[in-house]
Amino acid sequence: MNNFSYIKANDLPTAFGHVRLGDAAKYIAGGTNLIDLMKYNLTKASSLVDINHLVGNHDIEELPDGGLRLGAFVRNAATAYHPLVEERYPLLSRAILAGASAQIRNMATNGGNLLQRTRCYYFYDANTPCNKREPGSGCSAILGYNRIMAILGTSESCIAVFPSDMCVALAALDAVVNISGEDGERSLAFADFHRLPGDTPELDNNLKPGEIITSIDIPQKGFARNYSYLKLRDRNSYAFALVSVATGLELENGLIKDARIALGGVAHKPWRVKEAEDFLKEKEPSAENFAQAAEIILFGAKVFEYNSFKVELAKRAIVRNCMMALNPESQLPGAQPSA
Amino acid sequence: MSTRPAIGQPISRLEGHMKVTGAAKYAGEYNVPGLLYGYVINSTITKGKIISFNTEAAKALPGVIEIFTHENRPSLAWFDLSYADMDAPPGSPFRPLYNAEVSSNGQPIGLVVAETFELARYAATLMEIQYEEESFRVDLKENLAEAHTPSIGMATMLKPPPPKPKGDFEEAFANSYAQVSAEYFHGTEHHNPMELFATTTIYEGDGKLTIYDKTQGTINSQLYVGNIFGLHFKDVRVISPYVGGAFGSGLRPQYQLFLSVMAALELKRPVRVTLDRSQMFTFGHRPQTVQYTRFGTDEYGKIIAMNHKAIGETSKNEDYTENVVNWANMLYASKNTLMQYELVDLDVFSPLDMRAPGGSTGSHAIESTMDELSYKLKIDPMQLRLINYSEKDDSLGRPYSSKELRQCYLQGAERFGWAERNPEPRSMRRGNKLIGYGMATGIWEANHLPARAEAIIDSEGKLQVSSAVTDIGTGMMTIMAQIAADELGLPVEDVAISYGDSKMPFAPIQGGSFTTSTIGSAIKAAGKALRKKLFKKAKDMDSSIFSSMDIEDVAFRDGKISVKDSPALSVSFKEIVAANKGKAIKTINFSVPKFFKLKKYSRAAHSAVFVEVEVDEQLGVINVTRAVTAVAAGRIINPKTARSQILGGMVWSVSKALREETITDYRLGKYMNQNLGEYHIPVHADIHDMDVIFVEEKDENVNELGTKGVGEIGLVGMPPAIANAVYHATGKRINQFPIHFDSLL
Ligand SMILES: Cc1cc2nc3c(=O)[nH]c(=O)nc-3n(C[C@H](O)[C@H](O)[C@H](O)COP(=O)(O)OP(=O)(O)OC[C@H]3O[C@@H](n4cnc5c(N)ncnc54)[C@H](O)[C@@H]3O)c2cc1C
Ligand code: SF4
Repeated sequence: MNNFSYIKANDLPTAFGHVRLGDAAKYIAGGTNLIDLMKYNLTKASSLVDINHLVGNHDIEELPDGGLRLGAFVRNAATAYHPLVEERYPLLSRAILAGASAQIRNMATNGGNLLQRTRCYYFYDANTPCNKREPGSGCSAILGYNRIMAILGTSESCIAVFPSDMCVALAALDAVVNISGEDGERSLAFADFHRLPGDTPELDNNLKPGEIITSIDIPQKGFARNYSYLKLRDRNSYAFALVSVATGLELENGLIKDARIALGGVAHKPWRVKEAEDFLKEKEPSAENFAQAAEIILFGAKVFEYNSFKVELAKRAIVRNCMMALNPESQLPGAQPSA
Repeated sequence: MSTRPAIGQPISRLEGHMKVTGAAKYAGEYNVPGLLYGYVINSTITKGKIISFNTEAAKALPGVIEIFTHENRPSLAWFDLSYADMDAPPGSPFRPLYNAEVSSNGQPIGLVVAETFELARYAATLMEIQYEEESFRVDLKENLAEAHTPSIGMATMLKPPPPKPKGDFEEAFANSYAQVSAEYFHGTEHHNPMELFATTTIYEGDGKLTIYDKTQGTINSQLYVGNIFGLHFKDVRVISPYVGGAFGSGLRPQYQLFLSVMAALELKRPVRVTLDRSQMFTFGHRPQTVQYTRFGTDEYGKIIAMNHKAIGETSKNEDYTENVVNWANMLYASKNTLMQYELVDLDVFSPLDMRAPGGSTGSHAIESTMDELSYKLKIDPMQLRLINYSEKDDSLGRPYSSKELRQCYLQGAERFGWAERNPEPRSMRRGNKLIGYGMATGIWEANHLPARAEAIIDSEGKLQVSSAVTDIGTGMMTIMAQIAADELGLPVEDVAISYGDSKMPFAPIQGGSFTTSTIGSAIKAAGKALRKKLFKKAKDMDSSIFSSMDIEDVAFRDGKISVKDSPALSVSFKEIVAANKGKAIKTINFSVPKFFKLKKYSRAAHSAVFVEVEVDEQLGVINVTRAVTAVAAGRIINPKTARSQILGGMVWSVSKALREETITDYRLGKYMNQNLGEYHIPVHADIHDMDVIFVEEKDENVNELGTKGVGEIGLVGMPPAIANAVYHATGKRINQFPIHFDSLL
């Protein structure tokens, strides 16, 4: 195998120092994505800097403003089953549990989840052109088998999808990503964290080289009364979303006061459209209104040979999931459609 | 008390504990000092020539022993025949590292041998390979114009060409009262057993090899190695006691066997070659197939014209065929038939039998067409099958050795609650879900091949039975013990089975659902001969109580020979062996099917399958919520292992109808989802209520045991039953497998 050295970092400066030294040094958290990429020879690491033992950010804590801070090194499963998350942010809990398998969720960390790479078949096959893997080589998916690819926010250089479920909920919840780097700390609104492919599909997000995600903050508003996560995929578990929807609704006097709708499986990042959410405000929570919101969200969708179904599927999924949010009890295990 | 017959008992697999505790060793798990590891290099182009290898960087790594390519391989057998195995289709078998030609994507083109697996794999990444690429074709549907009649060869014995046309199909079809014509398709599928293909070859010196191979036929591998490398068969021992599933992928020797043996002989050291999961997509597969049907009936629903045509994919070097169009007229009588089967040669590796090859393909078209006809005629789908029920095999005009399919329909329908079905599509619902009931018929041939078995009574009076046959996870070893136990009147605990070793008596490859009949009959014959021999020895004993008796006058029970009517008068097996100066009593028997008698009958297992699906009305999401399979397969030796076979087939049916597909990029000529994350087979959450009924079926003609085999029948009828249920639920007919839920939007 490619030899690499292993470094256990106990504090941030040590971690930064090692990654600065070697170009091909990588942080490793749960390893569920990174190790696969190394085995496929897509990521070559001269050293792995283990950030699982960094001091701090191993807990879920309440914030003074009523929000919650999710440590970057807390495992996905521990996050989903945390009492505060289950009680106040059940949407997040549901979304996490719709992803991967129990074993993977036990290993995967919150920070790593944000940074997992696309599942585009061509990206994983080093012998095919792929702009994300090898900038300038071309995109095999555009004219290839693109059933799983994006319909929104694509570019001529890449039509890949960001595969996370957890992040769809985090986007809906207006989370904030806290980052540490050698130059200090900064925070990015969730919407600004992931990127669209544009001319630089090799960049999935706006994290700078060497930076570490330390935690993710979720504001107080958790939509715990009216929420739902729906995931549509080719099998009932252990498959990535073809389309997923996270919905949070705030109702008052029978009208929608606030609405959040984020889509997964359709773009290079979780997809939210403010106009659609604004449209729903002060409206009745009816299938008709949700259908109109869905039209707004899918506006401008661009389809490819094998994924044109995603537009209609996404519209219907939005409507169903918003209806499910009115009655969260109707959600089924595995984020399947309500009975 | 006498020992209860073991046949018919639901005995758990005798090796089950070994398997679940990790004590069972598989081909890639035999360790010996000095073992070397090979990692296969696969072509990254689909077609063309290798111009050069640059092995410098790889070879420079300490611990890399050798890199084999076509340029430096030893000289090998030259004739095609030497490479032909028991399951080789007509044509020229693939020869690993033969020359610079690349004829399929992923073709093995080299082997790195190193001191560790990881090192070998790493070294493989440092190889620089230059190719000259040529254009290729891998898309069946785009090349249908190239279809041709398959050539005939040895394999044709078990896979006869389509039956001859009868009557005048075109005219009868044109004049029929109700007509359906339809087209069906499924793409490539790969076997993907859990255990990866692996071979560990131990170089014993003097041209002798001991080979641990993942295979469905130890003797098949032995002959293959002997022929290619010019070794004496007796010097090549192939052992394969445990096989972690194969589903047909082990019916032919795979390239890791060749490479492991080649390296071991050249380096004179033990060498193991294990494939990784993506390499499991670089050899045989179920071929993509297009099918066309045209069925016509009279006003009562009786079929009067039947045309079934299939065009399958094969490689450029071999004509791999399947029985796809041979079934319709076996199931349903028709005076006018036209059955056609053709192949298109593509730039792919040769396809390979995959569980219920051809049968599951054909039934997809036949049983969906029958369903469509039932709606046209407004006749219940099961009723339509009963109207067309054929007591004999109408394609050959022969009686069946037995056929209890009618009981399968009736008992299956009863258990399922078929009578509650509202015939209207889209008429049944539950909340957001449309409910569909669908049914279909299954059929699979009951073959029987020659085999040998050895049976011994040892000095403890216990029975030892051996055969070279493998147990690919079906429970073969357990039912061998059951059959043998009953032959000698012993409890199963007193029977020791040895198997999975080419040194043992001859057995053909394990597949085609013929192994129980084949090996079971051989054991039965050996048991019978052993009884005779024991009796004779007992008679020869001093002052034997049997001296004036015939074998008909005695019984074999509880480890003794006793007088039928007075069990107290007995001699134990142990005493007989003692009287034989302590020498074990041994028989070895070659059992040959009674071909002449068999030719008078068509022999097949049948099934009726009933399925309930739920389809989300807005989102299309499909769940198979209930299924019942009623099977008539002659005598069931072990209801537990047999049930597992059928359940496995039913789970696979969900897979075939709704989940699995090898995603092919036809432009790049390669398979894109070469891992189990993206090659979707069902997960627990996909599998719901499943039930199996074994219908009683007595068959005195098929073989001495009256068994038909249950390995494939579970996968034949259920996929179309699912498609039919989806139609009943939604009013949409999707004739392509797998059915993607979004096609129902
Ligand atoms: C078979 C399979 C199925 C899956 N299915 C799903 C699914 O359905 N839905 C879903 O959402 N996910 C799914 N996943 C993905 C899984 O959620 C991710 O692999 C996981 O969240 C990654 O977290 P990790 O801690 O293991 O990351 P790692 O693999 O350790 O790291 C991933 C990347 O992030 C970097 N990194 C990690 N943590 C930090 C940090 N704190 N700061 C800076 N950089 C960091 C690493 O350097 C690396 O580049 C699946 C994965 C597999 C293997
Ligand atoms: S879609 Fe993006 S990731 Fe996929 S092949 Fe094209 S460039 Fe690569």
